[in-house]
Amino acid sequence: MARFGMAIDTVRCVGCMDCVVACKTENSVPEGFNRDWITTEVTGTFPTTHLEIRSERCNHCDDPPCVSCCPTGASHVHDLGAVVLVDADKCIGCKGCVASCPYGARFIHPDGYADKCTFCIHRVEQGLLPACVAVCPTHCMHFGDLDDPNSDVSTLLASRRHHVLLPDAGTKPRIYYLT
Amino acid sequence: MQELTITRHNALIDPLLSIWSWQIPVYLFLGGLVAGIMIISGYFVLQGQYKKNVFSCFYLPHIALVLLSGGMGALFLDLEHKLYFWRLFTTFQVTAPMSWGSWLLMIVYPALWVNTLIRIPERYQGKVPIFDRWSAALNARPVLIKNIGIANMLLGTLLGMYTGVLLSSFGARPLWNSAMLWMLFLVSGLSAAAAFVHLITTDEYERELLAKADNAFLTLELFVFGGFITGLLTNSRVHKDAVHLLLDGPFAPYFWVLVIGMGVLLPLAIQLLAVNHKIKHTALAPLLVLAGGLALRFVIVFAGQFSRWS
Ligand code: SF4
Ligand code: SF4
Repeated sequence: MARFGMAIDTVRCVGCMDCVVACKTENSVPEGFNRDWITTEVTGTFPTTHLEIRSERCNHCDDPPCVSCCPTGASHVHDLGAVVLVDADKCIGCKGCVASCPYGARFIHPDGYADKCTFCIHRVEQGLLPACVAVCPTHCMHFGDLDDPNSDVSTLLASRRHHVLLPDAGTKPRIYYLT
Repeated sequence: MQELTITRHNALIDPLLSIWSWQIPVYLFLGGLVAGIMIISGYFVLQGQYKKNVFSCFYLPHIALVLLSGGMGALFLDLEHKLYFWRLFTTFQVTAPMSWGSWLLMIVYPALWVNTLIRIPERYQGKVPIFDRWSAALNARPVLIKNIGIANMLLGTLLGMYTGVLLSSFGARPLWNSAMLWMLFLVSGLSAAAAFVHLITTDEYERELLAKADNAFLTLELFVFGGFITGLLTNSRVHKDAVHLLLDGPFAPYFWVLVIGMGVLLPLAIQLLAVNHKIKHTALAPLLVLAGGLALRFVIVFAGQFSRWS
C-alpha cells in the first residue's frame, strides 16, 4: 500500500502563499480558515541568523492521534496512500481530534465537522497532484509515495538533509522539510 | 532567538487553543460528582443501610440520575455537529477513551436506575405499580441488592477514572498528559460527593461520617496534587512549561486561591475543627469543596488547552 507524503524544499520556498490560495480555491475552504499556511522561522543571533520559510499543513502522520482518539471513526486512515481524512457524516464535532493534533492542523468547519488538509485526495484519485503542489511557482513542493524508493519524494529524502516538525510529539509526520 | 510568524489564524485554534468552553468542565465536574455519589451510595447499599431510614440510600441515585443528565446535556451543548451525536452509539472505537466513556454511560444509567428501585421513597410508592413490584422482588433477594451496591461502586470508580483518562490521553496537551490526572479527578469526585451528601443529608450519623470521609479525601487529594505536579516538573521541557502555567503562570491565581486554598485547605481546616467538635458543622465547608471541584475542572481544561508542544 502506498504511503503518501511530501518533501518541501525550504531553500526554494519564498513564502508567496500561492499554495494557500490554491488550497482555499480548490477546496472551498471557508472564510477565516486555512488548511495550509506559511510559517517563517528566524533562529540564531544577529549576524548569524537563519531564516526558514515553510508551507505547512496536516502532516498525515503515520501514528495519528487524531484518528485514535476519534470516538466515531469519522477520522480515519484512507486506503489510498494512508491519507488521514475526516468523514463529515460521521463526525459529531466533539473536537477531540482538534485537541489531539500537536500541529494545530485541524479546525471546526462552520458546518460543524472537523476539517483539514486532505492531500487533495479527489485530485490524486484522478492522477493529479494536490493543488498546492501543482501551483507552486518555485516548484519547491514534491508529493509522492514514501514507500516507493524511486518516487520523487524518496529520492529527494535520500539525497538531501531534511527534518520534520515536532518529532518528539511522536506522531511520525510525513511532511519533510528539505534544508 | 527564535521568532515564528504564522499566517494561519483559524478560529478557536490560534493564537491558543480554546475549543472547549464551560460545557466540558461542567460535564467533567458533574461526571466526577456522580461517580463519587455512586461509590458512596453503593457503599451504603452494601452496608445494608437501605433497610434503615437513611437519606443517602433513598435519594442519592435519583439525584445522581438528574446530575448525570445535566452533565450529558452540557456535553451535548458542546458538540458542534449535534444532530450526528447518535454516531457515538453506532460504533465502538477501542483506542478512543471518548467511545469507552459513551458506552460506560450507557451502563451507568441502568445501574443507577436499578439502585433507585431498592428503596422507593414513601411519597412515590404506589405511583408506578410495576416499580413497586420490582422493588419488592429486589428486596426478596438481598444478595442481588449487594451486587447492585458493588456494581454502583465499580461503575462509579470507572466513571470517575474516565473523566481524567479522557484528558490525559491527549498527548498533544502536555498539562493533561499525566498518569496522575485520573486519580486526581477520581479523588476530587469522591470529595465533592462526600461534601454533597454532607450538605443535603438530614441524618446526623451520615453528616459526621461524610465529613470525616471528606477530610480523608481532601488530604489524599493534596498528595495526588503533589504527585501530579512533581510528575510534570520532572518530565520533558514541554511538560515543565505546562505545569508552570498553574504554578506561577497565568492560571496560578486561580489554581492557588480557588482550587488549593478555597477548594481544599480552607474546607479541610473547617471540617477538621467540626469533626473534633470545636465548631459546629455548617454548609460553608461542603460548599467550598463543591466550588473547588468545579474550579479544578475549569482550571485544568483551560490551562491544558493553552499547553502545547513547541
Ligand atoms: S498533523 Fe495533526 S491532524 Fe494531521 S494526521 Fe497528524 S495529528 Fe492528525
Ligand atoms: S470532531 Fe469529529 S473527527 Fe474529530 S474526534 Fe470528534 S467525531 Fe472524530
